[in-house]
Amino acid sequence: MSEDLSGLDTFPKLLVHHAQVRGARPAIREKDLGIWQTHTWGDVAREVRRIACGLAALGFKRGDHLAVIGDNRPRMYWAVCATQALGGIPVPMYQDAVATEMAYPIQNAEIAFAVVEDQEQVDKLLEILPQCPSLKRIFYDEPRGMRRYAQEQLMEYEKLTVLGDEYDKAHPDFYAAELAKGSGADTAGMFFTSGTTSHPKGVVLTHAALIDRALAAAKMEGLDETDEVLAYLPPAWIGQNIFSYAQPFVTGYCICCPESSETVMSDMREIGPTYYFAPPRVLEAMLTQVSIRMEDASALKRGLYGYFMAVAGRVGGAILDGKPVGGFDRLMYALGDLVMYGPLRNVLGMSRVHVAYTAGEAIGPDLFRFYRSIGINLKQLYGSTETSVFVCIQPDGQVKADTVGPAVAGVELKFTPQRELLIRSPGLFKEYSKNPQATAEAKDAEGWFHTGDAGFVDPDGHLKIIDRVKDVGKLRDGTLFAPKYLENKLKFFPYIKEAVAFGQDRDMACAFINLDAEAVGNWAEKRNLSYSGYTDLASQDAVYDLIRECVEKVNADLALEPEIAGSQIHRFLILHKEMDADDGELTRTRKVRRGYIGEKYATLVAALYDGRTSIHVEAQVKYEDGRTGSISADLKICDAKTFSPHAAKRAA
Amino acid sequence: MSQTRNVGEVILSVENVSLAFGGVKAITEVSFDVREHEVRAIIGPNGAGKSSMLNVINGVYHPQQGSITFKGLTRSDVDSHEAAKQGIARTFQNIALFKGMTVLDNIMTGRNLKMRCNFLQQALWIGPARREEMEHRRQVEEVIDFLEIQHIRKTPVGRLPYGLQKRVELARALAAEPDMLLLDEPMAGMNVEEKQDMCRFVLDVNDHFGTTIVLIEHDMGVVMDISDRVVVLEYGRKIADGTPDDVRGNQKVIDAYLGVAH
Repeated sequence: MSEDLSGLDTFPKLLVHHAQVRGARPAIREKDLGIWQTHTWGDVAREVRRIACGLAALGFKRGDHLAVIGDNRPRMYWAVCATQALGGIPVPMYQDAVATEMAYPIQNAEIAFAVVEDQEQVDKLLEILPQCPSLKRIFYDEPRGMRRYAQEQLMEYEKLTVLGDEYDKAHPDFYAAELAKGSGADTAGMFFTSGTTSHPKGVVLTHAALIDRALAAAKMEGLDETDEVLAYLPPAWIGQNIFSYAQPFVTGYCICCPESSETVMSDMREIGPTYYFAPPRVLEAMLTQVSIRMEDASALKRGLYGYFMAVAGRVGGAILDGKPVGGFDRLMYALGDLVMYGPLRNVLGMSRVHVAYTAGEAIGPDLFRFYRSIGINLKQLYGSTETSVFVCIQPDGQVKADTVGPAVAGVELKFTPQRELLIRSPGLFKEYSKNPQATAEAKDAEGWFHTGDAGFVDPDGHLKIIDRVKDVGKLRDGTLFAPKYLENKLKFFPYIKEAVAFGQDRDMACAFINLDAEAVGNWAEKRNLSYSGYTDLASQDAVYDLIRECVEKVNADLALEPEIAGSQIHRFLILHKEMDADDGELTRTRKVRRGYIGEKYATLVAALYDGRTSIHVEAQVKYEDGRTGSISADLKICDAKTFSPHAAKRAA
Repeated sequence: MSQTRNVGEVILSVENVSLAFGGVKAITEVSFDVREHEVRAIIGPNGAGKSSMLNVINGVYHPQQGSITFKGLTRSDVDSHEAAKQGIARTFQNIALFKGMTVLDNIMTGRNLKMRCNFLQQALWIGPARREEMEHRRQVEEVIDFLEIQHIRKTPVGRLPYGLQKRVELARALAAEPDMLLLDEPMAGMNVEEKQDMCRFVLDVNDHFGTTIVLIEHDMGVVMDISDRVVVLEYGRKIADGTPDDVRGNQKVIDAYLGVAH
């Protein structure tokens, strides 16, 4: 990363630079007909030029918008760069969005051109054509199934490049002149963020913002042209754009497009990326795969796995962090690396990974530690579309399971009295497209971006996000109370499926617990505890003891954090039924509806706070066939030990 | 589905074919034709002689009477490998794949007739055999891409669910680059989504490669949707022949399927 990139203030200029400096090195690979096909930086520069000239020949002008809809395909990325070369604005859209969802962005950005992957996307655009009169041209990459389409808007991608060649021949100076006109302050792209309440907002990001953040993170991690990345997440997501477009363009590394979404795992094994991003759900799915296959393995293999994973759990993280570890443990870990961790990393396709990130939602500490313990440098980061991703990254050697690390170079953080995180960084967005009101709400006059996330910085300078600001409340004595943070901590225990924390304007925090019926059921079976069903299981004293241990561990954890030590869970109960979306207790995406639950079980909540140790309940339940019935039970309410912040520190 | 296909001249004509196994008359004096690039369905109740008809067309059974004309070449007696050489490929009602071999290897077997090198050359994998195999592999990969089965390329067929096995069988037939494809109940035992996928693939094959398709199918919705013309057999005799709409309204067909009061 000692390359001089000064003056290269747009992505197309960077591309020209790479074509000159490393024209023969791979820039993008695609598995096609079972074989990895490599395109060099030189190829990419040529192709981008052809497309840009083709677009110009068809009347594309500076400031025009171009929709890019498709999976990770080289041509999709080239279309993005060609658009930028002409001073246009690429608008990537989610390829799995339904047609009606595509209409709004196209109308909002008055998109006239679209480059799409295949027939599926063409069909969607044709469907919404009447609502989107601005749309004039649709280019498709994959001609399969397109022979019978006669719409005048359609054109095959190949034909666009041919037009480009002709135009380039007639105007040989055109492309260079267009590149020279671009500057870092120009818009590099528009990314629509999902709007849960209203229309999605188009986040406008400039070349300068994206390049600055991409460089800052690349410098921090020491990325260079020898790195390789697997491009497998939706290109319309800002993260994918950063990892597969912005960062390769500043470092010259190579990205690889898998054959199809179903082959990602095997393609990853073939490529062996060195730099990797995965949201927690993907990491979880991979771990589940490993666990399932281990259960089917022979007794010897299972035994070895059990033994060496215990060794890894004990010292693996510390070894990765470069902390002192005893000689015998080091020896056993080295042996484990030979027989277990190495092969396991290979199966996961992570043999060569030197930096891996996860983000997007809270990751369970056990899941996080698993990957780190087998020697994969998995780290958390924090960012959003509005900040060009990189706000905080955990530096090597300072990785904690429950923070997202300190601010990356160039980023300033501060908090409002309501604990809302404000960010100022060179990577901030310019505006929300055609929505000055939303822009003004999100970005104040001094350039601070209001994230809507509540958090704090821990004593080591690491940012910790606890909840959305609107959900964070206070106990009666003014102590910070972040229900989702508590619930997440509880849910990371395998025995706890759901949790609901109460405490807003009360003296202390309390919680409802839902057991994970399968995990607790297995646990009970191993101990020869008999039970008839969930309600019975949930009322057993042994189960209460099990859950109390979990709650007390959470309390001990909380006590270490002065900011929220006051919101330790004093009392809890295990609900007599599993919360269900059919009963309105969860949303369809399985998030707890705290307000509704509080009202529905008002008597239980009252019992948590009035000191009773048991309460009789009768509840209406809806069965899946639509009938209703009722469950009655005597619920126990259990006290949990809390820790004073001081004592906890000594214990730790 | 209102598709306008480039239906051409008659590619196959079956004339007055009768087939009997001892005293059992499987097919009695059936005649029909298939035009180039069309999707032709053969339907009928169980035991009507549909699969036997396909077996006659690709030379597994030899009819006692009548003749088959394929691409202008009339024959009354032909072996199945000769039929394959002439450009007829098929799939089977009960999947006939090599269960222990991978998807890729199974589809490669579909290229068998196109291989020019002799056994020794292939075994030693020298010069021409090597080049040839690479070419065949490329063709097979095209088919894999076309039928969207990249993710199971290296999976043994026996481990695949039924719907995918059917698709692999279609892939093997396609690998032979046939002019005519005989599909024996391609959608049997599939759920609605798998059926839709299969329909799309059959139509895509027909559209993209111009392959003539003769299929046996029990799902009337599928037959009426994707075929250009339909032959209806009952007890080995042809009782109707025409467009899906004609056949649907034909009283004999209704009787054959629903039964008549006696």
